Amino acid sequence: MNTKVMGLPLLGQMTQPLYKLKTVNWSDVPKQALRKLGVPLISIVLFLVLWDGIAAHIQTSLGKVPGPVQVWDQAVALYHEHEDARKREARFYERQEKRNAEILAKDPNAKVEIYPYTGSPTFFDQIETSIITVMTGFLLASLIAIPIGILCGLSTTIYTALNPIIQTFKPVSPLAWLPIITLIVSAVYVSADPMFSKSFIVSALTVTLCCMWPTIINTTVGVSSIDKDLINVSRVLRLNWLTNVYKIVLPSSIPMMFAGLRVSLGIGWMVLIAAEMLAQNPGLGKFVWDEFQNGSSNSLARIMVAVIAIGLIGYMLDRLMLLLQRVISWDKSATLR
Amino acid sequence: MSNEKYLEISHVSIEFPTPNGSFKALDDVSLHIEKGEFVSLIGHSGCGKSTVLNIVAGLYQATNGGVILNSKEVNEPGPDRAVVFQNHSLLPWLTAYENVELAVKQVFKGKKSKPEMRDWIEHNLALVHMEHAMHKRPNEISGGMKQRVGIARALAMEPKVLLMDEPFGALDALTRAHMQDSLIEIQARLKNTVIMITHDVDEAVLLSDRIVMMTNGPEATIGEVLSVDLPRPRDRIKMANDPRYNYFRSEVLKFLYERQKQPLSKDAAASQSAADGKPEAGNSAKEEAAA
Repeated sequence: MNTKVMGLPLLGQMTQPLYKLKTVNWSDVPKQALRKLGVPLISIVLFLVLWDGIAAHIQTSLGKVPGPVQVWDQAVALYHEHEDARKREARFYERQEKRNAEILAKDPNAKVEIYPYTGSPTFFDQIETSIITVMTGFLLASLIAIPIGILCGLSTTIYTALNPIIQTFKPVSPLAWLPIITLIVSAVYVSADPMFSKSFIVSALTVTLCCMWPTIINTTVGVSSIDKDLINVSRVLRLNWLTNVYKIVLPSSIPMMFAGLRVSLGIGWMVLIAAEMLAQNPGLGKFVWDEFQNGSSNSLARIMVAVIAIGLIGYMLDRLMLLLQRVISWDKSATLR
Repeated sequence: MSNEKYLEISHVSIEFPTPNGSFKALDDVSLHIEKGEFVSLIGHSGCGKSTVLNIVAGLYQATNGGVILNSKEVNEPGPDRAVVFQNHSLLPWLTAYENVELAVKQVFKGKKSKPEMRDWIEHNLALVHMEHAMHKRPNEISGGMKQRVGIARALAMEPKVLLMDEPFGALDALTRAHMQDSLIEIQARLKNTVIMITHDVDEAVLLSDRIVMMTNGPEATIGEVLSVDLPRPRDRIKMANDPRYNYFRSEVLKFLYERQKQPLSKDAAASQSAADGKPEAGNSAKEEAAA
């Protein structure tokens, strides 16, 4: 039985037409549930036990390395801090509105203003910032990389021309790009009323520059390895360049393209955290750095919460790409991992 | 315009550059094909049959000589010379209908209205008995059905000459027989001009008006041409006991196995495959020739 719903083997079976349910061997269902849910659960528990055991024996300048329990406590604490900050924000605006209403009651023509709330961003605000930044950088990278990849795949000349440049820039660390991008953005992006903050642009561009390479390379390979017969079909039909790309080249290179996009998004997410740490740009990286500088007894646990959150978000982003591939790609039979 | 010179393959030679100098695959191939004639090219693998077909299709350029179709020289591929490829080469992301539609839209743009195009696509799919599965994707249908769709796509282009590159070579014997019967039936209705490559002797005799037998490469050329004047419609079961059928069959077999023995040398086989249209990993000669 093919389960389509990840992690929910029973639900997967429910999506089968009813007449097919008869063929389900119900004695197999608990076995499947055990394999799909039980095995990962066991490995996670084992990991937590191992972590707890080892952490208790390591003493740092900030105290013992926190175990799973302390990290969980800090995760809960971070959530409460976020809720408190939201309440404070709500009250802040409430007070302003009340005051404005009083002013207007006295003098209907008075000019009133609502001042924006300026509390420091919470952990969850930083997560939001990071996700928006990585998505922006990644989208920009894809918009640049896919057309370049297609051109490189279609033309050996373009490929030979661009390949040395691509191969040289591909391994460059985000930390090396960052100062250059920061300086250039500061010089070029000058506006009295900027639509985006400079730090956002710097982070997003760093992500773009570091994560476009796998998409370029994979798209190139995908396009250049199109079945010769399909190219001949296109030639016999005399499809023009655009129709050829749209009808033949793009669909047949989609699986490879998505392989590249997934690698790119993964790299983009890693790069972003590093960039945020180094440049003190808002986001999860800054959160980690701030906690490191803060050096309270809870800092290590809070950094670990961030590490787990970073991992889970990266995982989620990858699944999102898989989902997108399932929707877009014609090749539904391909096993996606 | 004389009918006898509908399609003229005139003194065609082709050389492929290889790292060890140029390789002459075909030497001075000349053949005239009449309108409505069904011609088979037969020969051992590597003898350059596919190369001849690819030159007529315009996918390869002859080094010397040329091809004239209906008083026009062939220089590039085009839908007037539709090709049925050995491995169907349907676009896997399109349904059978959409695969034919891609060709029909390209050929009849501005000549047929949308409903006319739909009728024409359905007509051609019905011709190959695929009307029941026309909204299925290639991976949902059998090999024989895929080849049927490939033929429907080629027929839908209304080609001046239909080129078939071992169209049934990848099919099992039973399916192949079905496909041959279908092709006989279609040919009786449409009377297309067809060049078919095959290495199946029965297929060649059963389907063809003429069988062109090619010598072994390198520098392959036409060895003998056999006119098969068996009456049509031909029925494979009646033919099996027909002495004339068996005479043609044995003529082809004699040519292939007595006069043109398959070369045993490995080197010769390797260098000859350079000239053949079949995919061969790491074959630089073919890559360059196709580029």
